[in-house]
Amino acid sequence: MSEALQELAAHIEMKRPNDVLSSELAYGELTLRVTSAGIVDFVEFLKTDGTSNFSTLVDITAVDHPSREQRFDVVYHFLSMYQNQRIRVVAALREEETIPSIVSVHPSAGWFEREVFDMFGIIFSGHPDLRRLLTDYGFRGHPLRKDFPATGYTEVRYDEELKRVVYEPVSLVQEYRQFDNLSPWEGAKYILPGDEKGA
Amino acid sequence: MMDGDIRQNTYDDGSHDAGSGEQKIRNFNINFGPQHPAAHGVLRMVLELDGEIVERADPHIGLLHRGTEKLMENRTYLQNLPYLDRLDYVAPMNQEHAWCLAIERLAGVEIPRRASLIRVLYSEIGRVLNHLLNVTTGAMDVGALTPPLWGFEEREKLMIFYERACGARLHSAYFRPGGVHQDLPPDLIDDIETWADAFPKVLDDIHYLLSDNRIFKQRTVDIGVITEQEALDWGFSGVMVRGSGMAWDLRRSQPYECYDEFDFQIPVGTNGDCYDRYMVRMQEMAEATKIIKQCIAKLREPENQGDVLARGKLTPPKRKDMKTSMEALIHHFKLYTEGFKLPEGEVYACVEAPKGEFGVYLYSDGTNKPYRAKLRAPGYLHLQAMDHMAKGHQLADVSALIATMDIVFGEVDR
Repeated sequence: MSEALQELAAHIEMKRPNDVLSSELAYGELTLRVTSAGIVDFVEFLKTDGTSNFSTLVDITAVDHPSREQRFDVVYHFLSMYQNQRIRVVAALREEETIPSIVSVHPSAGWFEREVFDMFGIIFSGHPDLRRLLTDYGFRGHPLRKDFPATGYTEVRYDEELKRVVYEPVSLVQEYRQFDNLSPWEGAKYILPGDEKGA
Repeated sequence: MMDGDIRQNTYDDGSHDAGSGEQKIRNFNINFGPQHPAAHGVLRMVLELDGEIVERADPHIGLLHRGTEKLMENRTYLQNLPYLDRLDYVAPMNQEHAWCLAIERLAGVEIPRRASLIRVLYSEIGRVLNHLLNVTTGAMDVGALTPPLWGFEEREKLMIFYERACGARLHSAYFRPGGVHQDLPPDLIDDIETWADAFPKVLDDIHYLLSDNRIFKQRTVDIGVITEQEALDWGFSGVMVRGSGMAWDLRRSQPYECYDEFDFQIPVGTNGDCYDRYMVRMQEMAEATKIIKQCIAKLREPENQGDVLARGKLTPPKRKDMKTSMEALIHHFKLYTEGFKLPEGEVYACVEAPKGEFGVYLYSDGTNKPYRAKLRAPGYLHLQAMDHMAKGHQLADVSALIATMDIVFGEVDR
């Protein structure tokens, strides 16, 4: 399996040297890092090229890395039912950048891109209907960004006097507690109280 | 002429209504749901109708959105496992399976053989649970009341098998990274076998009710036809592609667990309509029963006895060891507070869930919590194609289409 994927990676890199930045084979899966500007052509190539034939779009999602200059990774998964292979394509993106939509190649990208827009605020240029998908009508913010709190900003309840649902700022009876259970002896990024004397 | 009537009637004496030029025919928009018994949950769909013909369908989803993926980023891998039950609550263990496979692939853990067999056994029970619900409530959506009553009787028996294995009827949290939580008692295996012997008779009864029923055929044959190319374009999986004639099943094409040693057939349809998909589901239940029987035979073999958890960092120590060994006690405490850590990296693990390909994309940064977990639900893509499929169909067919897509909002909205 992994040899076939290695051959595939070499083939794609040879055919599309301008798009592919790097390729990696880990845990039996092939990951290609590509430029965001050429994503539509690249996906079209993956779909039509005889040796790859990735005709099914499995998933589009994103990963937020607030500390990086290219903050977002947009992650595409493709499947070829004919070659029985999978591939992951990753395009890095700065916060203010947009990425071309691949709806013209895979109609099924429509909702995936809407969801990524909803959750991360990444704008897909050329998308025919880029509305919010999963969050409430009139929702503000992008929940899956790392700087969005897990408790959110607003809460709703039914108001008996107004006879309708009202939106209010979140009020927590107890502060939201996020326990950091990581062992201080391995991997923790902070210094234990008192340890600074020894350093 | 009636007020608001846009028709121009002709009468017996040859006269007809005078048109003023202001009467225009316009399409009619209706809200299907959010509380509609045939919507299989909280689906709001804005339908644009020309008479009774659907011109455009715009599903508004997210009414059951609970932010599962955000919550998962704040919890350890083991604490996240029960969230997977709450996605497709019709076949919960199949979702857990994908989560466990992703973790095991990142950690490089092999699970014991007996655990693998138990997972296959319960995945197939989940498949029967799901198809029983889908086929029979699908029949209810097009007008038959008896099938769900018969189907739910069998579902109840299967739920009790769930309960006897893990203590819960729905939200089982039974598959754990590294195996399954507890071994099955021998009398439970005997009872599952008794059920598997009797179940084909029940399937025959449902066949007898539906398969040749004239009304059922009128409502499903040639409704929602999907060609091979459409299935690829819209990213369908599971029964939705098999109904269109493609023999694509992850259990066969990309075998996970120990599915490669089982003898089963993959039923495919020919026309790709609702009736074919119904038939594929019925046939899959028969095949699942075959797998269940093979599983039981294997579980009884002497070489397949033993532990059901790969003892190590991912799993708790044995209770007996905790009473005598300090290290085991520390390990138990650390596992349930700090949790286990996974190496840095990203994996995509998928299983053939009853509804199609259910996948988990896991991005680990080397800590005890997933940096990002994306749940890929099959129903999400199927519902997306609603506009494409419903166009040109009657309004009454929309409920048949929702049924054939096998939509459950737990997994679509996440």
